[in-house]
Amino acid sequence: MEAILTGARPNRVELALFSLAGTVIFFGLWQILAMSGLVSKFVLPSPAEVILAGLRMTVEPFAGDTMQGHVLASLTRWGMGFGLAAGIGVPLGLAMGYWRVLDAIVSPMFEGYRYIAPLAWVPFAALWFGTGVGGPVMVIFTGAFAPCVINAYRGAQSVERHLTEAAWTLGAGGVRVMMEVLLPGALPSVVSGLRVGAGLGWQSLIGAELIVVSSGIGYVLVQGQSNLAPEIVISAMLAVGFTGLLIDVALRFAESRIRMRWGQTT
Amino acid sequence: MSDIVFDRISKLFPRGGSQFAALADVSLKIPDKQFLAIVGPSGCGKTTLLRMAAGLESPSSGSVQVGGRPVNGPGADRAVVFQQFALFPWKTVRENIAFGLKCKGVPRAKRDQVALDYLELMGMVGTQDNYPHQLSGGMQQRVAIARSYAIEPEVLLMDEPFGSLDAQTRTLMQEELIRISRVNPRTVLFITHGVEEAIYLADRVVVLTGSPGRIREIIDVKSIRESEGWDRLVSEDALEMPEFSHLRARIWRLLRQEMQAAPRSTDGKFN
Repeated sequence: MEAILTGARPNRVELALFSLAGTVIFFGLWQILAMSGLVSKFVLPSPAEVILAGLRMTVEPFAGDTMQGHVLASLTRWGMGFGLAAGIGVPLGLAMGYWRVLDAIVSPMFEGYRYIAPLAWVPFAALWFGTGVGGPVMVIFTGAFAPCVINAYRGAQSVERHLTEAAWTLGAGGVRVMMEVLLPGALPSVVSGLRVGAGLGWQSLIGAELIVVSSGIGYVLVQGQSNLAPEIVISAMLAVGFTGLLIDVALRFAESRIRMRWGQTT
Repeated sequence: MSDIVFDRISKLFPRGGSQFAALADVSLKIPDKQFLAIVGPSGCGKTTLLRMAAGLESPSSGSVQVGGRPVNGPGADRAVVFQQFALFPWKTVRENIAFGLKCKGVPRAKRDQVALDYLELMGMVGTQDNYPHQLSGGMQQRVAIARSYAIEPEVLLMDEPFGSLDAQTRTLMQEELIRISRVNPRTVLFITHGVEEAIYLADRVVVLTGSPGRIREIIDVKSIRESEGWDRLVSEDALEMPEFSHLRARIWRLLRQEMQAAPRSTDGKFN
C-alpha cells in the first residue's frame, strides 16, 4: 500500500493484488446492491445469479443452443470474417507500401471506408449476403480489414530502402520482394494490425448478431432481452468479453514471440 | 565482355523548388575486368554514378551501358555491395548468400553448396546458420560481398563498402578483397572516401570535382604499382613505397583544391 502513498513503482505481485482487489470490490458492490433490494431483480440480477444462469446454459439450451454452441457459432463467423480480412488486407497493405501507384489508386476509397462504422454495414451486408453466414461475415470483415491494411502498409514502408534495393539487384521480382523482404520486415507491425483487427472484428460481430442472425452470442443477448431474463443477457455479455479477452491474449502471445525473434535481428 | 560505359551523364535533383546538379557531363569507360575507384569530395555524385550503373537511379541525360546493353533497371548482372551491408536480418548467413541464386531458380542443394564454397573462400566456415546480427561488422560485410559474388555478376558495384568498419578491419578487408578479386576477377566500380584505399585496390582512380561532379583526373595506378612492384604487398608495406606516397599526395592535392572550391556548389543550381 506504500506504493500509492509514495508514488513508487509497485512490483508485479503488488499490481496483481490491486487487480484482484479491484475485481472483488466491483463484484462485491454489485452483489450487495442486488441483495439490498434497492433495485429490482428484473433490472439487476446479482453476480451469483448471472454466473448460475451462464453455467446452466452450458447444459440447458437457450435460444436453440447451449452457451458453448452459441460461442462456437460466433467464433466460426469471426474466424471466417477475420481470416478474409487478414488474407486480403495484409497483401493489399504490403503491395500499397511497395507500389506507390497502387497506393494512389486505392487510398481515396480506403480513407472513405475507414470512417464507416462496421455497424453501418449491417443493412447493406444483410441485403447483399443474407442473414445466414455471408452478412455477418461481411460485417466482421469491415471491422477487421482497416487495421490489417494500415499496419501492413506502415510496416512495408518502414522496411529499410537498401534492403529492397539489395533484393532487386540480386534479381528478385515484385512478388519475391513482397514475400521475402517486405513481409518479414513488416511482420511485427503486421501482427499488431492483426491483433487490433481481431478485436474490432469480434466487437463488430456481436453488433451484427444483434440484428441479423439466429444463433451466436449476440442472438442470445437479444433473446434474453425479449424473455426479460437480465441474468442471461449479462452472462452472454460476460461470455463476449471473456472470449474477446482470450483472442487478445492468444494474439499478444504470438506478437511477443515474433517481436522476441525479430527484435534482436534489426 | 562486361565493360561499364557512362556516356555524357548528367543528373539533376529537385531541391527546394530549384534543381540541383549532382553530376555534369561525365563520360567514363571501365574496361572488362578492370578495378576502378572513384574518389571525390562529399556530395560530388559518386554514389549517384554507381546507383545509375546499378539501375537504381536514372540519368537526367546521357546513358549508361553495361556489357553493351543499356541499363534500364536493377538486375543480377550487376551486383551491389552497400555501405550498410543490407543483409536480410531474418535470413541466416547461408540464406543471405544464396538469395540471388534462389531468385535465379537454382535448386536448394546447389545453392547451399555455392554458399558454403564462398564462406570457405571468406574464411567463415561454421557461421552459415548464424543470423547477421550475431556477426561483427567485418564479417557482415564479408557475407554481403559473398552474396554479390555468388550470383556471378558481370560487374560488381561497391558503394563505400568498408566505410562503416573500424580502421583495422577495413585494412584486412581490403587485402581480402584483393585476394578474392584475383581468384575471381570482375569489372569493379568502387566508390570510396579513402585515398589510400583507392590507390591500394584500384587499377585506375578517378577524381571527381565538387558538385556538380565532373571528372577532374583519371590516374593509372596499375602501371605504377606494377613497375614499382608493390602489387603483391600488404597495405603497410605498400604505404612505404615512394610512388604510393607520391600518388597519395597528388590525389590529396586535387581533392583539397576541390574541397576549397566548395562555393562552387551554388553554381550547380539551375534556376
